[in-house]
Amino acid sequence: MQTEYVRDRNVLTILLPEEVDHCCTEQIRKEADHIIEKCLISKVIFDFSRTDFMDSSGIGVVMGRYKVMKFRNGIVEAVNLNRRMQRIFKISGLEKIIMIKKEEMEEKNGDQKSYEDSI
Amino acid sequence: METKNHMRIVFDSRPQNEGFARMAVAAALLPLNPTLEEMSDVKTAVSEAVTNAVIHGYEQGEGEILLEMTIEENEIMIRIEDFGTGIRDIKKAMEPLYTSRPDLERSGMGFAFMEAFMDELKVESSPGRGTQIVMKKTMGSREETYGSDDIFN
Repeated sequence: MQTEYVRDRNVLTILLPEEVDHCCTEQIRKEADHIIEKCLISKVIFDFSRTDFMDSSGIGVVMGRYKVMKFRNGIVEAVNLNRRMQRIFKISGLEKIIMIKKEEMEEKNGDQKSYEDSI
Repeated sequence: METKNHMRIVFDSRPQNEGFARMAVAAALLPLNPTLEEMSDVKTAVSEAVTNAVIHGYEQGEGEILLEMTIEENEIMIRIEDFGTGIRDIKKAMEPLYTSRPDLERSGMGFAFMEAFMDELKVESSPGRGTQIVMKKTMGSREETYGSDDIFN
């Protein structure tokens, strides 16, 4: 599953793949930084709606974008985290520096398949 | 039902084998009827250990990684070994947030994750000979712990 990048003016949404590991993080880093630089992005949103596996390589890529955006006075948010991703964010301490938004999940709940349904 | 199994897999130290190692371990775990959380915990720990071996095991070169798994009743033992560079200072390598490769944007959380997700973690290494990670976990022994543990507390 490919990572998708959606830009809306100066907001970049990165729709992460099902598994975020060492294999894909290098590419996400390069592509995201390229778009951030080129399109003067002020807000990066990591969308975890498709993701059910992430290891510390994923933590590295989120933390890295946090640093990049902080340097540019921008912000980083994470949306649509399932229980596993919430746990990874908690254990790694990411939840202390990255704003986690839940609204999007609730808004879409009607037409979006929830995590519990997919297992 | 008695559950006993043992496997050894040897593969190249390439990033695409990290997913393969996770899947192999997950498939071997299925007969133990693990919870979703236990399954994810073990997969994450394996991913961390194999990723370490791929990134740090052979520096710029390539070598082989051995994955060994033993299942006895509800206890699992996973050994991940490389035969490469080795770690000079294991204590330092295991410190949360320490990474020898900040250039690769590594988070330095690999060992912390292995410790958080498994019951036991042992790291042995000798420079020039390689590194061996042994992890143990008893399945079905813990309640679902979502949200309760934080390595920084």
